[in-house]
Amino acid sequence: MPRFSAPLRFLQRIAADPAGLFGLVVAVLFTIVALLSNEISPYDPAHIAVIHRLEGPSRAHLLGTDQLGRDTLSRILVGSRTALGVSVVSILLAATIGAPLGLLAGYGPRWFGTVLLLLLDIVNSLPMIMFALALLVLVGPGFWTVVGVIAFFSVPGYARLIRAQTLSLGQSGFILAARAMGAGLGRILFVHLLPNAMGALLVVVTMDIPSVIGLEAGLSFLGIGIQPPTPSWGSILNDGFSFIRNTPDLVIFAGLPLVATTIGFTFLGERLRQILQPKAAP
Amino acid sequence: MALGPRATQAMREAYIHRMGLDRSLFEQLWRFFARLAVGDLGTDIWSGRSVATLVGAALPYTVALAVTGLGWAVLLGIGFGCLAAGPRRWLDRGVALVSIAFIAVPPFLVAIYCLLVFSVWLHWFPAIGAGEPGDLASEAHALVLPSLAVGLGWIGYIARLVRASLLEVLQEKHIETARAFGLPERVILFRYALPIAVIPAISVIGVGFGALLSGSVFAEIVFARPGIGRLVYQAILERNYPVASGAIVVTAALYAGAMLLTDLAIAVLDPRSRAAL
Repeated sequence: MPRFSAPLRFLQRIAADPAGLFGLVVAVLFTIVALLSNEISPYDPAHIAVIHRLEGPSRAHLLGTDQLGRDTLSRILVGSRTALGVSVVSILLAATIGAPLGLLAGYGPRWFGTVLLLLLDIVNSLPMIMFALALLVLVGPGFWTVVGVIAFFSVPGYARLIRAQTLSLGQSGFILAARAMGAGLGRILFVHLLPNAMGALLVVVTMDIPSVIGLEAGLSFLGIGIQPPTPSWGSILNDGFSFIRNTPDLVIFAGLPLVATTIGFTFLGERLRQILQPKAAP
Repeated sequence: MALGPRATQAMREAYIHRMGLDRSLFEQLWRFFARLAVGDLGTDIWSGRSVATLVGAALPYTVALAVTGLGWAVLLGIGFGCLAAGPRRWLDRGVALVSIAFIAVPPFLVAIYCLLVFSVWLHWFPAIGAGEPGDLASEAHALVLPSLAVGLGWIGYIARLVRASLLEVLQEKHIETARAFGLPERVILFRYALPIAVIPAISVIGVGFGALLSGSVFAEIVFARPGIGRLVYQAILERNYPVASGAIVVTAALYAGAMLLTDLAIAVLDPRSRAAL
């Protein structure tokens, strides 16, 4: 099976390091749980049963219930779907906007690169949380606002990365050869440059997932992120935070998956960096 | 909108005129910056107090929080970095994992868990507020947990930076010379290697000050502390725009000030960079 052996060997290399293995397991588990969350959660996450409010863990409710008697386990499971959805959509959005900008800035006309860098610097220097707060209040909170804010602040990272890659690759022999053979700008950018920047892009995307998940949870914790009834880890934490003195279960259980996924994806990203960019690794 | 549903047309017009909303956007902007130049940040829509007073009251708390958070980060970060750069492999590996974990976990979650463990369960630190005003011991006591929550991620960053640059510095000729002279390792590390190795970490601190201020929003809300972050959060939720914009302008000024301070600090520590100033 020579066709399958390359990805398999790649996975083996990731798993050769304990932290990489942990990251890989977390990433796979998180994705599976998020995709199947509606099927595997024992209760409807929005089902309210006030009689059973703020119960501790029991056989019926493995992780207890919240202040409205909703099953915490189900809410956490379905919350992973929210986290996955927000991170996938906002990172895709940021990368599809940022990558072409970076390609053009690195390979296109010089004035474009200068103007773009200036704009990116401006975005970077905005105090993100405060800007997000203002925007969310003006536009109204919701899935797409959260995604938009996160994507807006992630675009500079991707554009810079692709620009740096393009600059370093732009002078290499195979690009010169392609140009000498009369390849057009579009062909050079998308057929020759972009595929070679993919490794670095993969590393950055993996490292970006935990910060996006953390950001979504943070905004939802402040009550301006994902709105009820859609469960999000952040809003569960917010619910639990009101009852932290009497029933800390809610906060503990909702925080653990957040800790596990953020650490897991970061470990995975570090491991990928070690494998794909051995020179850049500290 | 701010006057409630029973406002008459005349009240509305008077209000619009008082806020200057009947002027053009350009004129409003010009008036905002003109007043900013003489230090007037406008007035709170709801209470009528001047925004400068509100921001001035909140500012010391946030600065104290950010500076203490940085203090933790510098102290523990450099300590961890030195440990990791040492000869023991397992220590290096452990510090690397711990610093990545510190960077990865969102700061508001750290704040919540700190609150739960040290305030609710152990009762070591107060859970809310900034301590008795004027009582330094109590204020410092209330500052421990929030500042730790704010600075934790930076401990990780600084540890990694210091480790990397320390390893590089230890390869250099002047360290070799010091070894050849038979100086003890302790003297070599603290006297000759570390002062050079912390320079990259300091430049990162300046850039990271903005992120630190964002983190303080969460810490101030979780620990119910007064501060700029909380002020902005509440002002925006109440649509109290003069307060929000005034506080954000002050934050931006703080950020710029922090950048300048770090540049100056680097110039003091690293004579090579003075030519660029």
